[in-house]
Amino acid sequence: MINFQNVSKFYGDDSTALEEINFKVDSGEFVCLVGKSGAGKSTMIKLLVGEEKPSKGRVFFGQYEVNKLGSKELPPFRRHVGVVFQDFKLLPMKNTYENVAFALEVAGRPQAEIKELVPQVLDMVGLGDKLANFPHELSGGEKQRVAIARSMVHRPEVIIADEPTGNLDPFNTWEIISLLQKINQLGTTLILATHDKEIVNNLDKRVVTLDRGRIIRDEERGKYILI
Amino acid sequence: MLTIISRIFYYGFKNFVRNGLLSTAMIAVVSLSTVVFTGLIIANVATGNMIGFLKDKIDISVYFKTTSTEDSILKLKSALDELPEIKAVEYISADRAMEIFKEQHKDDPNITQSLAELNVNPFQASINIKANDPSQYASISSYLQADELTQYIDNVSYAKNQVVIDRLTKLINGVNRVGLVLTIILSIVAGLVVFNTVRLAIYSNRDEIGVMRLVGASNVFVRGPYIIEGVITGVISAVLCTLLLLLITSSLPALFSGSSYVDAALPGFSFSEYVYGNAFTLFLYQLAFGVGVSILSSFIAVRRYLRS
Repeated sequence: MINFQNVSKFYGDDSTALEEINFKVDSGEFVCLVGKSGAGKSTMIKLLVGEEKPSKGRVFFGQYEVNKLGSKELPPFRRHVGVVFQDFKLLPMKNTYENVAFALEVAGRPQAEIKELVPQVLDMVGLGDKLANFPHELSGGEKQRVAIARSMVHRPEVIIADEPTGNLDPFNTWEIISLLQKINQLGTTLILATHDKEIVNNLDKRVVTLDRGRIIRDEERGKYILI
Repeated sequence: MLTIISRIFYYGFKNFVRNGLLSTAMIAVVSLSTVVFTGLIIANVATGNMIGFLKDKIDISVYFKTTSTEDSILKLKSALDELPEIKAVEYISADRAMEIFKEQHKDDPNITQSLAELNVNPFQASINIKANDPSQYASISSYLQADELTQYIDNVSYAKNQVVIDRLTKLINGVNRVGLVLTIILSIVAGLVVFNTVRLAIYSNRDEIGVMRLVGASNVFVRGPYIIEGVITGVISAVLCTLLLLLITSSLPALFSGSSYVDAALPGFSFSEYVYGNAFTLFLYQLAFGVGVSILSSFIAVRRYLRS
């Protein structure tokens, strides 16, 4: 479903973010992308959602060749993906309901469907009573749950979470991780980029380890091991 | 598509209300620029009218020898009427000239008496010529100096007034040119002020635009609400500006104890009459300016954040 073929990414002449990445993810998988800060996790995610283009190689997502998508083809492609960020990236002028509804509105989904679906998803992430609250009125954990609700409401084929627990306390961290596990169990492919050893070791899922822009380990049911 | 359009309008209005402070600041800036723009329109009309008024004051008179017959004068008049550069030709016979003179000096017994003592009419028949453009008087004058006309014509006033006419012509051309340059520069300044304010407002929203793009919003969906906000700002600014203009105009008589003061300062132009007579047209100009500049600014300012 996701396929990186000989992908390299350079910034300028002497900064290599990724080098010769070959990496595949099948539908329904839960993959942990681990590595120290600067190992290339975020760059891989940016290439995957088309925020940046690889310097070399090709990135495939289903029928899309992501590196070839132009500015007009990117929005429809991104509706197949849900993304969760460390800094939540909620729209500050929209309330919880509107933030989640936005992912459906951009796709032109009918109003009746949005009205039915959004409260359901927000209920699922435990925010059924916060529909009218704005992001600045929510705690960090709540904001991340809104972000997860937004990333899953349009039933994407894959959810990519880039350090989703980086700004959260341990309690909220486990709430978010178990939410992501639940989403994966319902059939959505999940890519989790993290440098949190405890999470990775407890999840007991496929672990792809990056170091200085290269994949140094790719194990089914792996552990967080860095040399 | 209809769903998308209705959502764009919905979010345009909603963002405008939610960004209350920013929207108010935008209205203030766009209103001020629209005021400058309206001022330029009125100033242009006023100088145009003033120039027209001055041009109208310039003419040349051709005085005919007393030996010239009325027939030959009228023949020349109709020949002049045919010339494209001439706006109007008026014939004043010697008798008519005397009547006018008598009428103007009826209260002066010395003059009336001296005239009565003369047995002949001392006045010459003349024709008064107004050209479409003051710069054409020189060529009209040289036309009148043709050899076959010298037997009828005594003198042409252009020679006497040439310096004044030339200076006025230069002044009029100068005012026109300076007016045009000023209008262009100030319009650009007014437009740039709005553009930069919109750019700053959208710059502060750049992260939001990035998030919308990541969630899968198309360029139209991201840009649309900003354009709608621009339209609302432009409309409100135009309405405010028209109200302000009407308020100023209606308070002029009170401010200057009768608007004649202002009208006298600009010969040939009545400010209040112009504003009241053209309030709707002015409103349309303001609307076009306010909405146009706002839309264009939003369009350009958002574009640079839609590339990733």
